[in-house]
Amino acid sequence: MTAPLLSVRNLTIDYIGEADDFRAVDNVSFDVAPGEVFGLAGESGCGKSTIAFAISRLHKPPALIRKESAILLDGRNVLDLDQKGLADFRWREVAMVFQSAMNSLNPVLRIEQQFYDVLKTHKGMSRAAARDRTAEMLKLVDIAPDRMRDYPHQFSGGMRQRIVIAICLALDPRLIVMDEPTTALDVVVQREILQRINELRRKLGFAVLFITHDLGLMVQFCDRIGIMLGGKLVEQGTADAIYRTPEHDYTKKLWASFPSLHGGVLR
Amino acid sequence: MTGTSAPILTLDKVSKTFGNGPGAVRAARAISFSLHAGRALAVVGESGSGKTTCARIAMREYEPSEGRLLFKGNPVDNAGAKEIADYRRSVQMIFQDPFASLNPAHTIAYHLKRPLMLHRPELKGGAITEEIKALLRQVKLDPDIVAPRYPHELSGGQRQRVNIARALAAKPEVIVADEPTSMLDVSVRLGVLNLLSEMKREMNLGLLYITHDIATARYVAEDIAVMYAGQIVEWGSTGKVIDNPAHPYTKLLLSAVPDPDIRFDDPNAQVSSAEADETRRRSAADQVTIREVEADHFVRAA
Amino acid sequence: MKKSSFPLIRNRKAMVGALIVAFILAVAIAAPLLTSYDPSARVGRPHQAPSWEHWLGTTRIGQDVFARLLYGARTSLAVGFGAGLLITAVGTALGIIAGYRGGKVDEVISFFTNMVLVVPNLPLLLVLAAFIGQASPWVIALILGCTSWAWGARVTRAETLSVKQKDYVKSAEMMGEPRWRIMTFEIFPNLISIVGINFIGSVIFAIITQATLEFLGLGDPKVVSWGTMLYGAQKASALSVGAWWDILTPCFALAFLGIGLSLLNFAVDEIANPRLRTGNRLGRWSALIRSGEGRL
Repeated sequence: MTAPLLSVRNLTIDYIGEADDFRAVDNVSFDVAPGEVFGLAGESGCGKSTIAFAISRLHKPPALIRKESAILLDGRNVLDLDQKGLADFRWREVAMVFQSAMNSLNPVLRIEQQFYDVLKTHKGMSRAAARDRTAEMLKLVDIAPDRMRDYPHQFSGGMRQRIVIAICLALDPRLIVMDEPTTALDVVVQREILQRINELRRKLGFAVLFITHDLGLMVQFCDRIGIMLGGKLVEQGTADAIYRTPEHDYTKKLWASFPSLHGGVLR
Repeated sequence: MTGTSAPILTLDKVSKTFGNGPGAVRAARAISFSLHAGRALAVVGESGSGKTTCARIAMREYEPSEGRLLFKGNPVDNAGAKEIADYRRSVQMIFQDPFASLNPAHTIAYHLKRPLMLHRPELKGGAITEEIKALLRQVKLDPDIVAPRYPHELSGGQRQRVNIARALAAKPEVIVADEPTSMLDVSVRLGVLNLLSEMKREMNLGLLYITHDIATARYVAEDIAVMYAGQIVEWGSTGKVIDNPAHPYTKLLLSAVPDPDIRFDDPNAQVSSAEADETRRRSAADQVTIREVEADHFVRAA
Repeated sequence: MKKSSFPLIRNRKAMVGALIVAFILAVAIAAPLLTSYDPSARVGRPHQAPSWEHWLGTTRIGQDVFARLLYGARTSLAVGFGAGLLITAVGTALGIIAGYRGGKVDEVISFFTNMVLVVPNLPLLLVLAAFIGQASPWVIALILGCTSWAWGARVTRAETLSVKQKDYVKSAEMMGEPRWRIMTFEIFPNLISIVGINFIGSVIFAIITQATLEFLGLGDPKVVSWGTMLYGAQKASALSVGAWWDILTPCFALAFLGIGLSLLNFAVDEIANPRLRTGNRLGRWSALIRSGEGRL
């Protein structure tokens, strides 16, 4: 195996309470190789989103990362970055797409302007260069480049989510963290978007940390999967192994929670 | 959707339009379906397909712009006060959001006591307390623990069970469940669906199950209606529709359902965006002709 | 509302505020036990400095300031809470009805609310009070109640509009609950913090406004209240003749009661908006960061 792009080591995160603490993430370790899609599955409150926030250093007090934890990107500990290093690291190295990301576009700015803001801040691009880059990125996510003069409300939810993904890709990040990126969307739109991301990662070579509660979707998309329960990573393996030969009882229980389209019926 | 018994609740060519002029939204167009005792009908569609509008019309929250709502064969719109009260008792709803559907200011016991007092006036004093306990036991909650609690002290799954108990308190004949599990954790979803099915069977209820998840529709409902852009494009027995879809939109929907047996890398399993857009465009047009695909399986076409 | 009274007991601001208000209330009730003087009678020589005989001195016409302070508290509290109750009751009822019923009912109520809202309050009170002549505290309370409910009605209406959209209200409607029950038992309990803030705010407003009107000489000077104490002291040029006790006593009393009520108001606000709460969670968090136990 090649050297991992992202290496999470003994990650332990507490939410500090008035009297005692809530351990949201408990001694979690996993690696993501370059170009790989790694999935984190689990139910609400299992700590999967807390990990996503910690990797992009977006978490806020009272979250506390315990001292033995390390998050290594290319061997460099993300937790040691100062404010300036952090600004550079976010977007250029790691980009994030959230469930409600489509609502994070500024409603009063044209799409073109929103691309330009990001490209100018992080790459110092001129307007003309940014426009070319915007057209190129929109084409990647199947949106006609001439629509860059439109405002966010002129797009559907699925298109807005694709625009957010295009903005993330514009800076050539090496890792994209996606926290339930398509949960708010319809299944057809979900399939279109994820299929596109899958093609793009084959082409551009970025890695994805994909977070969802939908195991079926995860097996379709991911190379390897980790199952989380109560802050612990209880099982980790290839998508095929998690699907066909789940080891942990909880993984089996999760699988049993999804009725199959052609499987058994109740009544 | 043919049943052996007479239907309890029928939507007869119901349309609902919001606003008027060029900006009007046709949320439901000529919707017809019936609910029968002891059977579940799943209405499946994406957000904005009009499935929730159907639920709200069945709950009489919206008045239909056209068409009629029939209760046991009689039109509801010219019913008297007594019939309306009877309707209110007979048709109960389970909401999507288990956190918003219970009043944070009241205990669980209060939530169950109100429908009993409103719809079961024969119950008095101690009988009400006993009935509250029986209802909670019916939805597999411990009455001594749950009854005195406030909603925020319960988990999402427990709240949804309380919602079911509240719906059952009125001794209804029809239950309308609007995405009852979509806001619950995956591991408790099936438990709630199983409970709904059990109640449907045991109490001979008609169940209208509104969902975006066609796999759970298969699991719960005998009959299915697939909606797109305010129209029912295909309907019939759930197994037949899912195993042998005839409408392009139903096919598109089924092809996109997450299936662990198909990897995105598989070139045969690709959903083409261009084709999907074309299907959506064509399915949004008025679908007027009806074709019988097989017994108990119908499809519409433009 | 068992649930929301518990945090009130644990909240330090609420405790201090409640203690202050309770203390003033207790002193007002126990006035005859704490002083033997009649607050209206001439019981000593004019403008005596505080002494053993007269703890807070005497007024220009020889009344005991301490006795007037205690008995005055009765009037101020009664007017404050009476008017506060009236303002809140009218505002809450109209706000909930307008917000829940909507349509024509809302239009009519909102029209009147806006009308009352645009008429400047204090000048109107001045005119009314002057018209009535020397208004008794009860008339002042009534006038306050009739002219000051609009703000509360507006806020309650806005909040009702959002609560009305909640599924539990829809559920009650579908169940066939009568409208009055939905308004009083489904909506009202969820507005309790707004009603609380409205009530305490109205009490503060009523006490200050009553004192203002009386200070300006629009009240009945024979009544013993903190406002008439200020009026009397002002008329006797208490400050320029050096009788500070005469004028500062009602001032401090008003400020003290205002502080108590304001603390209660902040506390209710904090409980209603958890974001305003900081607690010692962040303290523990910072300590753990400093000790190197972890980092952000």
